[in-house]
Amino acid sequence: MKLIFEKSVAGRHCDLLPRCDVEYVEVPKGFAREKAPALPELSEVDVTRHYTELDHRVHGVNCGFYPLGSCTMKYNPRIDEEMAALPGFAGVHPLAPKDAVKGCREVLDTAAKYLCEITGMDGMTFQPAAGAHGEFTGVLLIKQYHDKRGDKKRTKIIVPDSAHGTNPATAAMCGYQVVNIPSAPNGCVDLEALKAVLGDDTAGLMLTNPNTVGIFDENILEITKLVHEAGGLCYYDGANLNAIMGVVRPGDMGFDCIHMNLHKTFATPHGGGGPGACAVGCKEFLREFLPASALMQGEGHLQVRAFAGNFLVVVRALTYLLTLGREGVPEAAQNAVLNANYLMQKIKGTFEPAFDRICMHEFVLDLSEFKKETGVSALDVAKSLIDYGMHPPTMYFPMIVHEALMLEPTETESKETLDWAAEVYRKLYELGKTDPQYMHDAPHHAQIGRPDEVRAARQPVLRWKKPE
Amino acid sequence: MSYVPSTAEQRQEMLKTVGVQDYRGLYRDVPQQMLLDGLDIPEGMSELAVTRAMTAMAAKNTLFQTILRGAGAYDHYIPAVVKTVPAKEEFLTAYTPYQAEMSQGVLQSIFEYQTMICELTGMEVGNASVYDGATAAAEAAAMCRDRKRRVTLISGAAHPDVINTVRTYCYGTGDELKVVPAKDGKTDADALGSMLDEGVASFIVQQPNFFGQLEDVEALGKLAHDAGAMYVMSCNPISLGILKTPRECGADVAVGEGQPLGMPIGFGGPYLGFMATTEKYMRKLPGRIVGETVDSKGERAYVLSLQAREQHIRREKASSNICSNEALCALTASVYLAAMGPDGLAEAARQSMAKAHYLCKQLTALPGVELVYTGEFFHEFVTKLPKQDEVLAALEKAGILGGLPVKEGVLWCATEKADKAALDKAVEIVKEVLAK
Amino acid sequence: MNTPTDLKYSKSHEWLRMEGDVAVIGISDFAQSELGDVVFVNLPAEGDTTTAGEPFGDVESVKAVSDLVSPVSGTVCAINEELLDAPEKINEDPYGAWMIKVNGIGDTEELLDAADYEKHCEEEKG
Repeated sequence: MKLIFEKSVAGRHCDLLPRCDVEYVEVPKGFAREKAPALPELSEVDVTRHYTELDHRVHGVNCGFYPLGSCTMKYNPRIDEEMAALPGFAGVHPLAPKDAVKGCREVLDTAAKYLCEITGMDGMTFQPAAGAHGEFTGVLLIKQYHDKRGDKKRTKIIVPDSAHGTNPATAAMCGYQVVNIPSAPNGCVDLEALKAVLGDDTAGLMLTNPNTVGIFDENILEITKLVHEAGGLCYYDGANLNAIMGVVRPGDMGFDCIHMNLHKTFATPHGGGGPGACAVGCKEFLREFLPASALMQGEGHLQVRAFAGNFLVVVRALTYLLTLGREGVPEAAQNAVLNANYLMQKIKGTFEPAFDRICMHEFVLDLSEFKKETGVSALDVAKSLIDYGMHPPTMYFPMIVHEALMLEPTETESKETLDWAAEVYRKLYELGKTDPQYMHDAPHHAQIGRPDEVRAARQPVLRWKKPE
Repeated sequence: MSYVPSTAEQRQEMLKTVGVQDYRGLYRDVPQQMLLDGLDIPEGMSELAVTRAMTAMAAKNTLFQTILRGAGAYDHYIPAVVKTVPAKEEFLTAYTPYQAEMSQGVLQSIFEYQTMICELTGMEVGNASVYDGATAAAEAAAMCRDRKRRVTLISGAAHPDVINTVRTYCYGTGDELKVVPAKDGKTDADALGSMLDEGVASFIVQQPNFFGQLEDVEALGKLAHDAGAMYVMSCNPISLGILKTPRECGADVAVGEGQPLGMPIGFGGPYLGFMATTEKYMRKLPGRIVGETVDSKGERAYVLSLQAREQHIRREKASSNICSNEALCALTASVYLAAMGPDGLAEAARQSMAKAHYLCKQLTALPGVELVYTGEFFHEFVTKLPKQDEVLAALEKAGILGGLPVKEGVLWCATEKADKAALDKAVEIVKEVLAK
Repeated sequence: MNTPTDLKYSKSHEWLRMEGDVAVIGISDFAQSELGDVVFVNLPAEGDTTTAGEPFGDVESVKAVSDLVSPVSGTVCAINEELLDAPEKINEDPYGAWMIKVNGIGDTEELLDAADYEKHCEEEKG
């Protein structure tokens, strides 16, 4: 389809602003731009139709099954959107006087209180805008803690090799050397490997539990104890909190700080890549290091972005939390775990799980045998799923499993959807054996065929240019 | 209510398929003494009850008819179409477009957004956005550093939250940030000159700056370049409808807060950090970038590109850990720019400037209200204000959010949203209080 | 696998050819085939120093990035600028597509001859 710029007609426009009722002032000499930006010139109907056409080429979780592992694509309730759009929230200036923003404060305080209860933490900030941003905030808590004690020898952060790439990248952004430790054969932390790297240079450990292969680490209390004994702190990556919220708390596992992705666990929409929002929680002794806005709260704290964070996303998350309440929170977690296990059982016997045991909210299929046998790769299976209108799972992650497909159905999928999905996986398993070429060429009925990513990277075209 | 569709019978049947008796069986790896015995939060609510609860909270905020306060959050008019497009369920509930074959809509919208940001800034390459203007500045500082040049300089006339955010990112990597003092409400060029040396990686300036003043950006950029440092400009995107582009001013990297482009002030977020640079620094740009290519049939297609820069591939060697963007906010900005067009954007900028100057003229005609900085300004300015607290309180009572109290006085802002009558009313109230 | 016998190889898959006092460095055929389509190469600047066993740049494919490790310590006296615009040359002709030339050579890593290098590759592939 055409780009919006290719639909532009010189002189066309929307009438949106009234005539100026005060005198214009000249742009001071030397400050005016020479040429107007080449923005499209369109009528309102052009704009609406263009974006509707684009919208028809998007698959969202509210449109269909989206079992993207480690991303928690659960249904995004419509009421959350309505509440975030209330003028009483959307129209509030972040620097309005305290008396004028009592409602916003109540939203933040209530959400903080409930999330502290769910995670077993004592303090909470909503300033970070996304999960990786929350990791950065959390590891900065650890850094400030050691710095304040004058403990300068702690230069290392330990990260399991199964971790998401943001963990090592975050540790590096905080000036730490990253120590990768290998996983045990069951995908959990290898205690001996951990002991071998712990020492008085350990600043902390970053851990996801359940981990990135969807298994709850049964040695968790031992792990956090070992790190604490070495003088390090334990950081909980909340990417997988949906498996355990209301069932078991990171604070009780021995973690000192944690981040939560409100756009995963608390059902706020991903928006095609953002905005998310992140809550970072900590134990009492780290509270003094939580970030704050220089302009809102005064100098003296670190801060990771302007103002108080993605507030309207917190409104959505609080709406969701209030809706679920005391019973709903664990119910969501339990059914997320049930759905994952059910789907794994239904697929088993065709594509095989990398770890054949009870999983948490997600599981990993290992297609390396299948690929050896048929030549059909995890990528081919993923692309074939698109022809069924189903979003593919996460591919080639975690890196410790070869030909990995990682599925996280979430609690908001019905048994019927899971049965249908398992049926599609079975069909593709059979198809791989009979017609592998068809799968190499998939998708066949999508918006586009497979894109040439090599060309995109070798000859980057990153913007449209007005023809000369 | 947990949005779980399966019925009680279905759940039993599924548990049976899995081979466990009940939910506890699913959590058998969890040390049993750790299992919670219930949460101390209220019971769940129906949709109607939750609507009442949230609406009651919203009602505790004061909604002002007129907002004469900016300082990083600008109350511009948001056209209706700018609200409806990003609310579409597909755009709203999609993930990052990893699977290009079912995400062309998101990918193309980001490609168009990148183009619009390049048009506004005069740059050649833009990314798919970062969290906000403050983090955009911090990411820019990081992308400018190399092995030899590590120090970042930032103008003391930049937004305090931006300075503090850049300071935080520098604290992380252990790099130095130095604040160039402001003089008469603008960056002190002499001080900048003396602070630039061969260890300086970049200098960051804000245009218009925190006090609304127009900086002499070309001269500042020349100073930075002469010392071998890179030049980063943080810009108000509405002002770029009429002001010189960062590229025309010599910037190597343009960043800024995209909120004025159709996003509500929303108590501070979600906002939008835009980032663009020249072709030379393309591969140093952090964040997602969408590129054009062709598909297996030779048709035009869009993909996430240049991914080898990013954390999921580079891990601890990546220059940033960012893996999301603010796609829906970028979409909002695109729809805003498409609806406004070049003329509409320029008009919003011109009217904002005109209203701010009108307000300034009327206010400074009152006894004791003096302009603190007398340089050229866009849509913000600082005045001394006698009986400051009393005046602001009187304005609030009349449904007007006055300027922001800052160290130097009061920082006022006006946009196209305030009509002359609203501005006159505000001035009248100030006059009354001062006359008392 | 194409492994010319007139070159020396490092265990990290760089090849080295001496031209007088100058070391010419690139990556092996095995390395390019493992990487897949190369889309970009980061090279140092002329005048930069290299250290034996330390990265001097990196090479990107669509989904991976690999460090380029210098087999020798010295000073970069030339870089192959052609590769910056045409990284596909690394796939097409890995032994023609040299990356850097180094002079003033000090330390050198222990290098393998063609036969030992092929054995090393076999082992790595498992």
